[in-house]
Amino acid sequence: MSTSATVLRQKTVEIVSPARRIGMGLVFLALAAVIWLYFSANVDPTAQTKFVLNPGGAGANLPDWIFNSVNVLNILAGACAVAAGFQLARGFGKRTNMVLGLVAGAFIFGFLAWAASGQSLNLAGLLKSTLQRSVPITLGALCGILCERSGVVNIAIEGMMLTSAMTGVLVGSLVNIWVGLLAAIFTGALLAAVHAVLSIKYKTDQIVSGTVINIFAIGITSFISSKFLQQYQDLNSSGVFPSWKIPVLADIPFIGPIFFDHNIFTYGMFVLLIVLHVGLFYTRWGLRVRSVGEHPQAADTLGINVFRTRYTSVILGGMVAGFAGAYFTLGSVGRFDEVMTAGRGFIGLAAMIFGNWQPFGAFGAGLLFGFADMLASKLAILGVQIPSEFLLMAPYIATMVVLAGVVGRSQVPAADGKPYEKE
Amino acid sequence: MAKPPAKKAPERSEKRKDAFSIFLDEVSRAPITIPILAIITGLIIGGLIVALTTEEVYAAWSHSPIEAIQVGLRAAWSSYSALFTGAIGNPARIVDALKGGDALEIRRAFNPIFESLTKSIPYIFAGLAVALGFRAGLFNIGAEGQIFIGAITSVVVGFALTGLPAIIHIPLALLAGALGGALWGFIPGLLKAKTGGHEVINTIMMNYIAFRLSEYLLRGPLQRPDSFNPVSPFIQDSAKLLRFFGDPIRFNLGFFIALGVAWLVYWFLFKTKWGFDFRTVGANPNAAKYAGMNIVVVTIAAMSLSGALAGLAGANEVLGLNYNLALAFSSGYGFDSIALALLGKSHPLGVVLAALLFGTLRNGALQMQVSAGIPIDIISVMQAMILAFIAAPAIIRTIYRLRAPSAVEEEIRVRGWGG
Repeated sequence: MSTSATVLRQKTVEIVSPARRIGMGLVFLALAAVIWLYFSANVDPTAQTKFVLNPGGAGANLPDWIFNSVNVLNILAGACAVAAGFQLARGFGKRTNMVLGLVAGAFIFGFLAWAASGQSLNLAGLLKSTLQRSVPITLGALCGILCERSGVVNIAIEGMMLTSAMTGVLVGSLVNIWVGLLAAIFTGALLAAVHAVLSIKYKTDQIVSGTVINIFAIGITSFISSKFLQQYQDLNSSGVFPSWKIPVLADIPFIGPIFFDHNIFTYGMFVLLIVLHVGLFYTRWGLRVRSVGEHPQAADTLGINVFRTRYTSVILGGMVAGFAGAYFTLGSVGRFDEVMTAGRGFIGLAAMIFGNWQPFGAFGAGLLFGFADMLASKLAILGVQIPSEFLLMAPYIATMVVLAGVVGRSQVPAADGKPYEKE
Repeated sequence: MAKPPAKKAPERSEKRKDAFSIFLDEVSRAPITIPILAIITGLIIGGLIVALTTEEVYAAWSHSPIEAIQVGLRAAWSSYSALFTGAIGNPARIVDALKGGDALEIRRAFNPIFESLTKSIPYIFAGLAVALGFRAGLFNIGAEGQIFIGAITSVVVGFALTGLPAIIHIPLALLAGALGGALWGFIPGLLKAKTGGHEVINTIMMNYIAFRLSEYLLRGPLQRPDSFNPVSPFIQDSAKLLRFFGDPIRFNLGFFIALGVAWLVYWFLFKTKWGFDFRTVGANPNAAKYAGMNIVVVTIAAMSLSGALAGLAGANEVLGLNYNLALAFSSGYGFDSIALALLGKSHPLGVVLAALLFGTLRNGALQMQVSAGIPIDIISVMQAMILAFIAAPAIIRTIYRLRAPSAVEEEIRVRGWGG
């Protein structure tokens, strides 16, 4: 066990190269420039931005937050520029990614302040729906993390989600939503088992195996949908999980309604997030999973059953994907439509990469992508002259940039995608 | 990929060999056996799903299981015969039409088989795209996005240029499609070669960027002025690919272009030095490096060429069939093409045959949907099954008790994310 721990520890040493430091500094500078030259310059100097801090409905009433748009934008631009200057001159070293997060946050805040200048924007509602939209993305990413940390590439998250969404609503309509949820999770596990058998036992290329599941999922769900669900509407109306306020916490002003007034899926996501983080990095099980994903030969020598570890991880991942799939039907609309996941599984994959194969990183990425998703639907309301399609492209472009190593090095599990041959 | 599970076959077969077992041995090892059995098994599973989702089967089950099986078989049979007539044509109708001598009726009777050929055209291009990538050790999962971009660029050239003769306009529009697809393949190729970013992730991302981009273009700059729907203007007559027969037959020049391109890809891969470099890099990158081949250039070139082929699929949809571009016209060619590239063993001839099969199935399934009430999506399920069996031949060998091949099978080598 100690050997595999060493193997893992070696990878966490990170050296920030000068080129990367300067590149990051230029990114900061560019963001500052956009805030200064585009947002700030295009705002009426006297205009006020009004952020509403109550998401609507009952709850603690906070006064609206009103400020002068230009001043705030200038302050934000200045702060970003200072960060850029420091990064270019000295570098933030290990804290670079954290600063990047802060600068990105400032940029997003600036964007909102600019977009809402002269009108009012429900900030709390915006954040709440960002969180909601991040749920399936984050869950999909968690599925990916479980599989890939053990060395099995899973591009079938989309297919697993889609099929689970359908079985969830089907069983949910026939019995009740709780059984529907179980059926969805079971479906995810079943498809994951197929993926596991194909890629672990038969050593099929894991991308091909994932593609099999994706094609199958689109086929079988559309087949059943057009054969049964559209014809018999009773089979396609399961009802949804109601949202449930956590008694005391939901009364905290601003934060309470954003975080503690959701349905089972959002809470489930948080629980899974913590369980997975602790499980992967602080338990024996997690060490085993990661060692199997990094160096299966070494793990095998130390007596870890590589195949069994991979099977359990992939199937657990499938269960998470099944839970995520149920979100689309049982957690939001209560009915199934063909290809309703609309690429969320692939965004989850992107969030996994963006979050560097770390649960909380993936959650951060999920929030960012969920925000882009939510904002795209709000742009027209705000009257912003940016086509929403470009905003929806952002997650994919960001992922490619991250993967290219422009912003920090991604740490892929070393044995990811490679079938293990026992010698 | 799947290593043969047992390597004992040679020892065992040394002993007694009668003619029949030699024959079986040969059949087991023939490269065509696994694909054919995979197709047959896929069709059987499709039939099973049809039978199991027919309500009458369950009604009959309450009488007797045998009756239920009969009903199920009948349901599967009727849907497959609908598929057959939808794909090939109804022989009786063809004979009647020929006797009647009415030109339109003859064309209608022959339409199914021509439509099947027409439907295979994008499959040929997209399958060649994926196969070319496989040969160079690259997994181009982004044919879908490259098809979109190719369609966009070729539709722009198709409607924006006026007054050109067809002999210039058509090649220009096709070239535009190829270049658009090539650009969409070039970017992941460049990223792979220069940064090691895995092409699978990058092409998936490029797919969605292409969807969003085409959505933006079709709702904005490229939207037909008189339309509220996201569709482009129609292309000029001079950019339309020649159709050989009158309506309703849509069979066009694109089919022969596709065959020509398939031959070109074959010639390129197996008869030129470049093709040799591609295949060597795909088979063993280290050996290629030590032999002095430029892996960076080969990777970028392979992804660009692969994208160009996929772009041609998009161009053909626009120039040969629809004459304009509507949102989401591509019905999953990108993913299906992975299945058919593997089915065709990444060989251009195999790809063409597999594409003909897929085009025929998809065309026939339309008829099946109309006359037997079986949703067309059953085809995707079958394709997934076929792909699974091709990818894991050990399953087929187990089902049909085939012997394991003596030599290590040709593999599609794809490395993990790490590079």
